[in-house]
Amino acid sequence: MADNQKKGNAFTNNPIVKAVGTQKIVVVLVLIILLAFFSAASSAFRQYSTILSIMDYTYYLAFLGIGVTFCLITGGVDLSIGTGLVCYGLIGGYLITHNNIPVIVGILVTLLVGVLMGTVNGLIVSLGGLPPFLATLCTMMIARGLGSLATSGLSVNWPPTAAENGWARMLFKIEVGGVKLPIGFIWVLLFAVIMSIVLNKTKPGRYIIAIGSNKEATRLSGVNVVKYQTLAYVFSGFFTGLAAIAYANTFQALAPGTGAGMELNAIGGAIIGGTSMSGGMGSIAGTILGVFIMSVLQTGLPNIGLQANYQQIIIGMVLILAVLVDVFKNKKLA
Amino acid sequence: MGEVILTMKGIDKSFPGVHALDHVDLEIRKGEVHALMGENGAGKSTLMKVLTGIYSKDEGTITYEGKEVTFSNPREAQAAGVVIVHQELNMMGHLTVAQNIFIGREIMSGGIIDDKKMNEEARKLFDKLNIDIDPTETMSRLTVGKQQMCEIAKAISHDAKVIIFDEPSAALTEAEIEELFKIIRDLREKQLGIVYISHRMDEIKVITDRVTVMRDGGYVGTLITKDCTKDDIINMMVGRVIYEDPKTESTVPKDAPVVLRVEHLNAGKMVKDVSFELHKGEILGFSGLMGAGRTETARALFGADPKESGDVYVNGEKVEIKTPQDAVRCGIGYLSEDRKRFGIVVDKTVAENSTMASLERFMKGIFINKKKEDQVSQEYVEALKTKTPGVDQLVVNLSGGNQQKVVIAKWLVRNCDILIFDEPTRGIDVGAKSEIYHLMNQLVAEGKSIIMISSEMTEILRMSDRIIVMCEGRKTGELGIEEATQERIMHAATLRN
Repeated sequence: MADNQKKGNAFTNNPIVKAVGTQKIVVVLVLIILLAFFSAASSAFRQYSTILSIMDYTYYLAFLGIGVTFCLITGGVDLSIGTGLVCYGLIGGYLITHNNIPVIVGILVTLLVGVLMGTVNGLIVSLGGLPPFLATLCTMMIARGLGSLATSGLSVNWPPTAAENGWARMLFKIEVGGVKLPIGFIWVLLFAVIMSIVLNKTKPGRYIIAIGSNKEATRLSGVNVVKYQTLAYVFSGFFTGLAAIAYANTFQALAPGTGAGMELNAIGGAIIGGTSMSGGMGSIAGTILGVFIMSVLQTGLPNIGLQANYQQIIIGMVLILAVLVDVFKNKKLA
Repeated sequence: MGEVILTMKGIDKSFPGVHALDHVDLEIRKGEVHALMGENGAGKSTLMKVLTGIYSKDEGTITYEGKEVTFSNPREAQAAGVVIVHQELNMMGHLTVAQNIFIGREIMSGGIIDDKKMNEEARKLFDKLNIDIDPTETMSRLTVGKQQMCEIAKAISHDAKVIIFDEPSAALTEAEIEELFKIIRDLREKQLGIVYISHRMDEIKVITDRVTVMRDGGYVGTLITKDCTKDDIINMMVGRVIYEDPKTESTVPKDAPVVLRVEHLNAGKMVKDVSFELHKGEILGFSGLMGAGRTETARALFGADPKESGDVYVNGEKVEIKTPQDAVRCGIGYLSEDRKRFGIVVDKTVAENSTMASLERFMKGIFINKKKEDQVSQEYVEALKTKTPGVDQLVVNLSGGNQQKVVIAKWLVRNCDILIFDEPTRGIDVGAKSEIYHLMNQLVAEGKSIIMISSEMTEILRMSDRIIVMCEGRKTGELGIEEATQERIMHAATLRN
C-alpha cells in the first residue's frame, strides 16, 4: 500500500510526465495521431478552413466543459448545459434582435440567465438532495421548453459580422488582410487559466474537490457543503452562458428545441481529459484537451466521408473508452 | 434438554494481526436455549460465522448430528439445518412477506411463480409458529418486530435444527420481545437447538438454559443459567488482567471549570435524555456496549445529525449547534469512529487534510497560501510524530495510526478546545495506540478537554478521569475513575430502564 506511489516505470517517473499527468500526455498524443490521420486521409482536412472549423466547435464545447468539470468533480453532473446553451442564447439574442437592446446587455442577460439556472440546479441538488443526474435531466427539459417559449418558437440569429451591432462576432473571429483569425481561443485560454486557478488555489476549488472525494468528512470538518456544492452548478450555469455567446456568434441560427446532445460532447471531453465521473479529481487543462479531441472528431469525420450517423457511433464509442479508462483508474486507486 | 446436536471443539481462527478465536468450545443440545455472551470483540460473532461457513476455521472440529462437518458457505449450513437470524434484517422491503420468505426457492407452476401457493405455505408456517402476519403484506410496511418474526419464520422454513439468534431483541419493544420469547420457547418445545446472543442480562436469565461466556477470543466457561447470578456472568465476561495500568485517580482539579454542559439531549431512538458535564482538562470516557447510543450522542451534540431537544452550553454560554459548522465555531472537534468515511479525505494529501477545518487561516487574499499550509502541516507532523514521507503524501498511503494523527492535527490546527474522540484506537496497532494515548494525555495537560467514546474496557479505565455509561440511548451510570471497576461499568452497561 504505502509504496504504490513509488512504483511505476521510466515513463511515469519522468519529472515532466509527473508534473503534467500521464493522461494528458496520452490525450495530446491521441490528438496528434488524429490530426495526422485526418490530414493523410482527406485533402479537404488539410486546408486552413479546417482550423477555423475545429475552433468554432472548440469554443462552446470548451466553455461547457470548463463549467461541467466543476460539477463532475463534486461527484455530480450537469445535463442541462446542452439545452441550456440554446435557451440562454435564444433569450439574449431575442432581446437584441426583437427588442433592440444593446448587444452588451444581451450578453449580460445571457450570462445572468445561465447563473440563475445554475443556482436553481445547485440548490435542487445540494438542498433538495436530488441526485444530480435526475435534477439536471429535469432542468434540461425545462430549459428546452423555456427557450421555445421565450421566442414564441422562432429561431434567433445574433447580429452578423457585417451588421452595425455585429461586434460580438469579432470577439471570436476577425479578418486581417483577407485571412480569418480564430481569436476566440484567447478567451478560452483566459477563462481556462482563471478557472484552473480557482480550482487549485482558492477555497471554493479546494472544497469542491473535497466534497467530491468525501462529502461527509468535509461536512464534519465544518465546511458549508451546501454552499460549495451549489457553487459548482453556478459555475456550470455561468459557463453555459459563455458557451451560448460563443455558439451564437460562431454559428448561424439558434433553433428552439435543439441543444440536447451538446452536454454529452462536453462531459465526454472532460472525462477524456481525466476528470473522474466519481468525483474528487479533475483538471481544466485536461478538459480543454479532451474537448479538442471531440471537436477534431466532429470536423474530421465528415471529411473522410463518414456521415452524421457514423459520427455519432464513433463518438459514442470514444466516450465508452474514456469512461472505461476512468473506471479502471478508480479500481487501481482502491 | 435433550441430546447433544452440535459440538464445536478447539475452534481457532486468526486474521492478519488478530487472534480472533483461541481454541473455543461450544456445545448445543436439542431443546435448549444457549446464551453466548461476551463483550464487544470477544469473538461471539466470529464463532457463529465460522459455524455457518462465512469464515473458514484454522483449527478445530465441528460435529453436527454425530458427524464431523465443515460448511463452506451459509447456504450449505442452511441446507443442513443450521440457520442464523441476523441482527440486521436481510429483507427486501418492496416484496411481500411470502415473497421474502421464499426468495431464492420460489414455488413455480408451469414456469411461472405461484404467488398463491407461496402465500398459502407462508400462512401455514405462521400458523405453526402462532405468528399473526399477513403473507401478502408488503415487507416494509411491517414493524421491525414483525419483520424479525418473518426472518425467524424464514429460518425455520429451511427445516432448521439449530437456530442462532444474533441480538434479536436489540430493536424490539417490550411487547415484541414477549412475543419473540413465546416463539423461542415454542421452538425449544420442538427440540430445536437455539443459540441466543444478547447483551441484556435480564433476558439471559429469563429465556436461556445455559450460558457460554467468551472473552478476548477465548472460551471462559459454561454455566447453567438458573444456578448462577448476573454477577457471576459479568465476572466471567470481564475477568481479565489489565496489562496497562488503569488510572487510579482523576488528574482534574476539583474546581476545574465546566467547558461543556449538555442537558436533556434527545435525538432519534438512540439518544434519550442524555445530560452530562465536561470539565477543563478532563478525559470523559463514554462506555457501553455496541449500539448503546454513544456515537449517536456525539453526532447529535456535534450537529452532524439533527437533535430533537436539549441544551448545550459551552463555557457557560448557551449555544445553538445545528450543523457541524456551528460546532466547529464553538471549538468542538469530532474524530469519527470511521476515519475513512467521516474523518479524512483519503485521496488528498496530509496538508490538505490538516487544514480542511481551518482554511480561512491559510488564505492570502482569495488564494490559498500553499507555503504556509505546508509549513503548518509540517509542524503538526513533527509535533504528533506522524510518520509520513512528507505533507504532500496522500493520506491513503499512511497507516491507520498515522491517519488518526492527521485527523487530530486537523482539529488542533483549528484550535478546538473540546475534542470528541470516537473509538480513537480502533484499527490501530499496539505501538501506535500508546502514542495516541500519550498524545491525549498531553492534550488535556495543555488544557484541552476530551470526550472519549470507547468500547474497550481497558482503554476506558486507563484514560478516563470520569466515566459515563450508556445503555440503549440512556445514561445508566456515571462513575469517578477511583470508584470505577470493570464489573460496575458492565453492570450499568447492561441495565435496562
